[in-house]
Amino acid sequence: MTKKSSKKKVPGKASGRKAASKSPVSGSRSSAGKKSVRQRKIAARTKARIMVGMGTCGRAAGGVKVFEALEQLLKAGKVKAELEQTGCIGMCSQEVLVDVQLPGRTRVLYGNIKPVKEKHIKVLEQIVEKHLIGNSVVKEHVLGQIRPTDGEKPFDDVPYYEELSFNSAQERIVLRNCGSMDPESIDEYCARDGYKALTKALKEMTPDEVIDEMKLSGLRGRGGAGFPTGLKWGFAAMSKADEKYMICNADEGDPGAFMDRSVLEGDPHSILEGMAIGGYAMGAHTGYIYVRAEYPLAVKRLNIAIAQARERGLLGKNILKSGFDFEIFIKQGAGAFVCGEETALIASIEGKRGMPRPKPPFPANHGLWGKPTNINNVETLANIAPIILKGGAWYAGFGTEKSKGTKVFALAGKISNPGLIEVPMGKPLRDIIYDIGGGCPGGKEFKAVQTGGPSGGCIPASLIDTSVDYESLAQAGAIMGSGGMVVMDENTCMVEMARYFLNFTQEESCGKCVPCRVGTKRMLEILERIVDGKGEEGDVELLKDLGEDIKAASLCGLGQTAPNPVLSTIRYFRDEYDAHIHEKRCPAGVCKALFQYKVEDPFCKMCGLCVKKCPVGAIQGGAKKLAKIMDEKCVKCGVCIEVCPFDAITQIDAREKVEV
Amino acid sequence: MKVIIDGKVIDAKPESTILEAARKEGVHIPTLCYHKKLSPYGGCRLCIVEVEGIPRLVASCTTPVTEGMVVRTDTEQIKKVRKTIVELILSNHPNECMVCEQNGRCELQDLAYEFGLKEIRFVGEKNVHPIQNQNPLIERDYNKCILCGRCVRMCDEVQGVGAVDFSQRGFHAKIATEYDGVLSCEFCGNCVEVCPVGALTGKISRFKGRSWEAKKTKTICNYCGCGCTIIMHAKDGQVVRVSHSEDTTVNEGCMCVKGKFGFEYINHEDRLKTPLIRKEGKLQETTWEEALGRVAENLARIKKEYGSNSIAGLSSAKCTNEDNYVFQKFMRTVIGTNNVDHCARY
Ligand SMILES: Cc1cc2nc3c(=O)[nH]c(=O)nc-3n(C[C@H](O)[C@H](O)[C@H](O)COP(=O)(O)O)c2cc1C
Ligand code: SF4
Ligand code: SF4
Ligand code: FES
Repeated sequence: MTKKSSKKKVPGKASGRKAASKSPVSGSRSSAGKKSVRQRKIAARTKARIMVGMGTCGRAAGGVKVFEALEQLLKAGKVKAELEQTGCIGMCSQEVLVDVQLPGRTRVLYGNIKPVKEKHIKVLEQIVEKHLIGNSVVKEHVLGQIRPTDGEKPFDDVPYYEELSFNSAQERIVLRNCGSMDPESIDEYCARDGYKALTKALKEMTPDEVIDEMKLSGLRGRGGAGFPTGLKWGFAAMSKADEKYMICNADEGDPGAFMDRSVLEGDPHSILEGMAIGGYAMGAHTGYIYVRAEYPLAVKRLNIAIAQARERGLLGKNILKSGFDFEIFIKQGAGAFVCGEETALIASIEGKRGMPRPKPPFPANHGLWGKPTNINNVETLANIAPIILKGGAWYAGFGTEKSKGTKVFALAGKISNPGLIEVPMGKPLRDIIYDIGGGCPGGKEFKAVQTGGPSGGCIPASLIDTSVDYESLAQAGAIMGSGGMVVMDENTCMVEMARYFLNFTQEESCGKCVPCRVGTKRMLEILERIVDGKGEEGDVELLKDLGEDIKAASLCGLGQTAPNPVLSTIRYFRDEYDAHIHEKRCPAGVCKALFQYKVEDPFCKMCGLCVKKCPVGAIQGGAKKLAKIMDEKCVKCGVCIEVCPFDAITQIDAREKVEV
Repeated sequence: MKVIIDGKVIDAKPESTILEAARKEGVHIPTLCYHKKLSPYGGCRLCIVEVEGIPRLVASCTTPVTEGMVVRTDTEQIKKVRKTIVELILSNHPNECMVCEQNGRCELQDLAYEFGLKEIRFVGEKNVHPIQNQNPLIERDYNKCILCGRCVRMCDEVQGVGAVDFSQRGFHAKIATEYDGVLSCEFCGNCVEVCPVGALTGKISRFKGRSWEAKKTKTICNYCGCGCTIIMHAKDGQVVRVSHSEDTTVNEGCMCVKGKFGFEYINHEDRLKTPLIRKEGKLQETTWEEALGRVAENLARIKKEYGSNSIAGLSSAKCTNEDNYVFQKFMRTVIGTNNVDHCARY
């Protein structure tokens, strides 16, 4: 059963404006209802504040330039305001985001500010002029305003973010601070109840009580396997040793996943706090954060956060005079997917090649440097502080019977509102795809969604009402995984999709065990043949047979799950495989070997545009001559289709043309 | 500790793995990466078994037994998966058995036979590696390598050298030296000994005889006083190869470069076969009686003319302890001097 947030609103009821319905926003506060210190502090703001979205997504969209432009504008001196950076609020498609909050007024978010164009600098000027000075909203770029707290005065005719369809189905526990505060400021974190849970754990709870609270919460590891966190901490606590380690797994190697990165960039202190609480519970005094070196911003912010926490005595010796010591070190990984697997991760920290080893012995008994070690995922750790602060029972109020709490997903692929979302467990896929994601862009039909990244499976449109929880997803042949969610529309070829994911796992296999090293390679070769129009009778059976053996025999989770994308697409889209193999036809029109372009005689006006634009000179004809595509030269880039003003070029099955 | 393997109650040592417990009772479980001298690895996955209460198949070579554990080693699924694994290995393996040094003692060949693999279902890319033979002793042909990692573990865990390790990922994973340079190690050849296939071979032995043609003689290496047990392989009266002995002996089956590869002197034409004595300024063959007689004569003469302490004796580590004992006894009692020393002392 899903516990509904007290602030939940009917999806889609918000503003009908295009920008707003597209705009993913949140900042919605927890449903705990009580006014916290942080809310009071924010309400008591005396200075105007501007925040610029500067997570990796914001920066990629030009956040740094927007920040600098605003700095310049403020330097002009007309008005005073605090200028800050913040992390990803989830609506990556709307970056760069600029938040403005005047004293006594609600916080307003502007989206889609692109710094490259003159007109956007104008928008910034308008924001300064109209909003900061004039106390009114620049309507054209506004996404919405955060619901008022403590008597903040809202603006008229501006929709509430929480009511935007993107947000209405969300529940932000992990992402509570992301995009709503300066991640480089420990003060802001503290103002938002930061380190209160650590204080509570150290001062009011015994380690056993902390573990009991975790068990009560029902939190399961968010790194993929879904093992109950309280139980895992309990094992590590029971292990007797002179030294124990607490590791944060921030390897995040799934293609298309950016949940953990966003939390590290947007709320690094929450991870430190979660680790320290875990360390206290199990008796570990040293923590490692294993983060990929491709996340330089996350590394930078973690370093800043660690230094700040040390300075405040929240890390180091005798934390908060409790007698508990805890240090955290960062270990940067070289970005191998397999190093996210816990035993490979441990080997990597030890300076060895990142190869998994068999379990038992489990890390809880024999981990880093042979000592009892607990490994938790970033998202798991971001849940710890709220659980300790509000209680395990509160957390268990969200979600289903066996899957408690919320889950963060990176919504990507053919979806109108890509971004980072957090929903209570048990939410139907339909709500996520349509209400939050806004369906497939361009009115295309939704075909399937891949959950769990390369280790996961795909769920077809017919199962769109599947509840998002560990058990239901597994039953549908997919997995929860770490939270990647790739949406596919009618133009996605499922065979090609399976090939893509398998290509990834094959390249990322550590090469230790035979089924994964050679087996995935042989599966990949069969898939390559099929998409290349060279599939043979029996290929699908061979894929299924080999896939099952690889799953059964591989050493680690990588190999044990690598065949999933193939097996699940065979299960639900067998007809597409058959079309490729028997009819040499790609129903989605994606596989290049299986289609050709053709100029339709009566429509070609002989303008010669395609002849000019074809990058490989594969089109003959031109002025006053019918265009003709030379198939041997054509690389099927599709430029001609795009440029033809008369829609005279069409894509046809390769076999059709031969017959013509 | 009681363990039930294929319905048979077995008394297993508490620290043993399922594989060790099963083998002790004669239960056959195929393996490739397992080697009793090395740490368990779990890479080839051939030794998978089913354990009641564990939802997935486990590698018996890495899983310790627990009290009351119920194990099955031969279900239809296990047999099918094992066969697939061997097929997969063979799909990336050259068909060179006819000219392979390992023919007849190759563990992969035995498995292909065991599973009756006349045909394999998988065809595809095969890795192509240049043959590495820039040194006079060990040839590395990684086209035949099955990545069992035995050589890596042998070199690291037993020899303590670490000359080879894994490199690259996925299908292109391989065994390599540092920066793919030439092999720079002690050339003990212990990796050659543990390689289950023909990827690592001793160059001197190449094409000198098939494994079944050689007469194998268990003996003691005479290079030094360690007394390592070795097996000499001879074909047509010529020693063609030396291999380690599986027995638990003083060297536990390991050798050094001399024992492993230094056997060519045995049949060498320059080898001394009789004592030589200098006559008229030239070394000439003679009998032991004459040679030893001359030594005794001279020792007696020197002792008489110049006294016992004008003679010193130096012994060799190549001799056994017993020989060395007799030698010092001889120096002290017969010659009458304490001037006796041994090469291992300096
Ligand atoms: C191939 C592979 C890759 C993995 N990658 C990650 C990862 O990037 N991040 C992560 O937290 N867990 C990853 N895991 C899961 C970890 O092994 C481990 O279960 C997890 O970190 C435990 O933390 P949790 O209990 O909090 O989920 C991976 C597992 C496998 C098999
Ligand atoms: S399953 Fe793949 S990644 Fe895991 S140990 Fe085996 S080869 Fe390495
Ligand atoms: S060279 Fe031989 S011992 Fe080394 S990994 Fe390859 S097959 Fe195994
Ligand atoms: S022998 Fe057990 S995995 Fe290779």
